[in-house]
Amino acid sequence: MAQVKLNRVVKEYEGGVQAVKGIDLDIADHEFVVLVGPSGCGKSTTLRMIAGLEEISRGDILIGGTVVNDIPPRDRDIAMVFQNYALYPHMSVYDNMAFGLMLRKFPKEEIRRRVENAARILDIGMLLDRKPKALSGGQRQRVAMGRAIVRDPKVFLFDEPLSNLDAKLRVQMRTEIKKVHQTVKTTTVYVTHDQVEAMTLADRVVVMNHGVIEQVGPPTELYHKPATKFVAGFIGSPAMNFIPARLANGSGALNILLPGGISLPVPEARAKRYTGHAGKEVLFGIRPEHLTEVRPNDHRPNLAPLQLTPEVVEPMGMETLAHIWLEGAEIVARIDPSVPAEPGRALPLAADMGQMHLIDPQTDRVI
Amino acid sequence: MALDATTVTAAGPAAAPPRTGVTLHRIARRRSTIAFLMALPLIAVIAGLVAWPAGYAIYLSTLNRRMTSFIGLDNFQILLESETFRMVIWQSCIFAISAVVLKALLGFWLAHMLHHIPTKGQRIWRGLLLLPWVVPPALSTLGWWWMFDPSYSSLNWLLNAVGAPSVPWLGEPGWARASVIIVNVWAGTPFFMIMYLAALKSVPDQLYEAAAIDGATGWQGLRYVTLPMMRNIISITVLFSLIVTFANYDIVRVLTNGGPRDLTHVFASYAFQVGVLSGNIPRGAAVSLFMFPLLAVVAFFILRGVNQRNREMA
Ligand SMILES: Nc1ncnc2c1ncn2[C@@H]1O[C@H](COP(=O)(O)OP(=O)(O)OP(=O)(O)O)[C@@H](O)[C@H]1O
Ligand SMILES: [Mg+2]
Repeated sequence: MAQVKLNRVVKEYEGGVQAVKGIDLDIADHEFVVLVGPSGCGKSTTLRMIAGLEEISRGDILIGGTVVNDIPPRDRDIAMVFQNYALYPHMSVYDNMAFGLMLRKFPKEEIRRRVENAARILDIGMLLDRKPKALSGGQRQRVAMGRAIVRDPKVFLFDEPLSNLDAKLRVQMRTEIKKVHQTVKTTTVYVTHDQVEAMTLADRVVVMNHGVIEQVGPPTELYHKPATKFVAGFIGSPAMNFIPARLANGSGALNILLPGGISLPVPEARAKRYTGHAGKEVLFGIRPEHLTEVRPNDHRPNLAPLQLTPEVVEPMGMETLAHIWLEGAEIVARIDPSVPAEPGRALPLAADMGQMHLIDPQTDRVI
Repeated sequence: MALDATTVTAAGPAAAPPRTGVTLHRIARRRSTIAFLMALPLIAVIAGLVAWPAGYAIYLSTLNRRMTSFIGLDNFQILLESETFRMVIWQSCIFAISAVVLKALLGFWLAHMLHHIPTKGQRIWRGLLLLPWVVPPALSTLGWWWMFDPSYSSLNWLLNAVGAPSVPWLGEPGWARASVIIVNVWAGTPFFMIMYLAALKSVPDQLYEAAAIDGATGWQGLRYVTLPMMRNIISITVLFSLIVTFANYDIVRVLTNGGPRDLTHVFASYAFQVGVLSGNIPRGAAVSLFMFPLLAVVAFFILRGVNQRNREMA
């Protein structure tokens, strides 16, 4: 087990395309770090550079304190789980898992012990004699993880391991991966484009976009204190609402003026942070879950009432999503299903201003 | 290729179902019927070009020299007792096996080299390396014959140039056998190369990446991933080539004509010699029929292995 360190790592493909543009990352021993970001942002490339499958154009990668730039994958002591599993189709499940140990000349007894142990953790003991073809997607996924576990490597690398599974199995395997990590505690770098996976699995989430790191932090920190508009919009589902607004300084208190003549008070605690932007155009950000129906006896501080007219109402069962168009900006509110909401009828809502965000439209950074 | 064409044209008759009566119509509509109709031209071709000649050869082989009376298995017995024919069996086996092994190894090596050339440059090399296989063998063998020729041999000229003595390419039995094999390997290697290249391309890159992470060196990747993944293609190619090489006729005929002292004859050239040149057609037929059981046994085992792996993997 070991820590992983990325020092100004750059990946430049032929033709000058920079897939990764100089990223710094420190991953502690035993940590579970998730790289998340939209398609093409360079997550896989970063992971593959750690694995040694992709050359590093500039910068250094250290595993356990050693620079591994020029060390081939087989000597980096890492294990990787691929999106489409990459099981050896001609080998039985047992041999698939034993292969890495066999190449490293482990004694037969030790190999058997480790494979059986991994099979027990993953509950695939009865599949050991089968060929991958005779396995379901979820079972293949487990075998691929088993292949990584038996090696007891310094680092686990996962590249979108769940994206070939159906929704239900994905949730189940997610829990499984978390359980395995809690058991073996191996340092893990996990790539996904699914922010829910990232939030549920990670000790720390690394949000990437266009080859750079937007923000690194524990899931709750990314949720509550996003650093950029990108992170604010990427983390959370449904995504945060962004409404063009103006920060007005009226009668000693700051107000947010939304289109349609709506004015929302800025909580006092935030006043100092925002004064510098008074009078300027900003982007007002609020998550759907912080834009709710008006509840009796609601003791949340900083609630601001506002009246909006939904155009589409989507009942989801445990909640209802109301879609509102406010002069070009789409706003989603998350309301209780018991509240009678109808398209076209004004709906009294409450905005939890304690959870609001302001974004500087010039820099796209959260103020 | 030709077979593909026949199956395609077969769509014609099947597409126009007969309109006489409901039952007939229904029979014609059944999938199995349509399948049979579509396969009919192919069945006809196989029957006409394979089954009938084979049956006829068996019938011929039971006749006497003048083809006037039935003599049972006498032709086979006489052949087995003949020193020359026993030698032909050996020579055929040695020729076919060593040529196929060499072609397989060389083909694999070439395919591997090609596979690692970037796609842009690969095409031209692939084209060039395919040439020996594309040239009509009778013609290219004539070229080799000239290179082996005792007085004008360009090969010997090259050998002499580096100080080595001349080689009696076609004059001495050992060298003559080697020469026949060399030419066959030269002409047949590209077939293996192209088959293996296709097979190499079909192995997903991720398997190599997984193997590299699992700790495999290049050699180990070749041994534990590439070769097992290619086993079916290797088997089929070897089987196919074994059949063709076993039945090879033109190279021996043009290069050595069986000589010296009938020592380079293989089944096909010997069958021609006995049946056509010496005018004993029934015995010639018997010679060529000897190939059948040998190849059938090999084909049985190879195809059984292929089927088994297909069930387990693909
Ligand atoms: N071999 C290559 N040559 C040139 N550009 C490449 C190559 N491989 C990847 N890229 C580019 O690098 C960028 C990052 O690719 P990468 O595979 O890391 O994305 P990703 O974040 O994993 O996306 P996804 O979620 O779709 O897997 C992409 O813009 C891609 O087009
Ligand atoms: Mg990817």
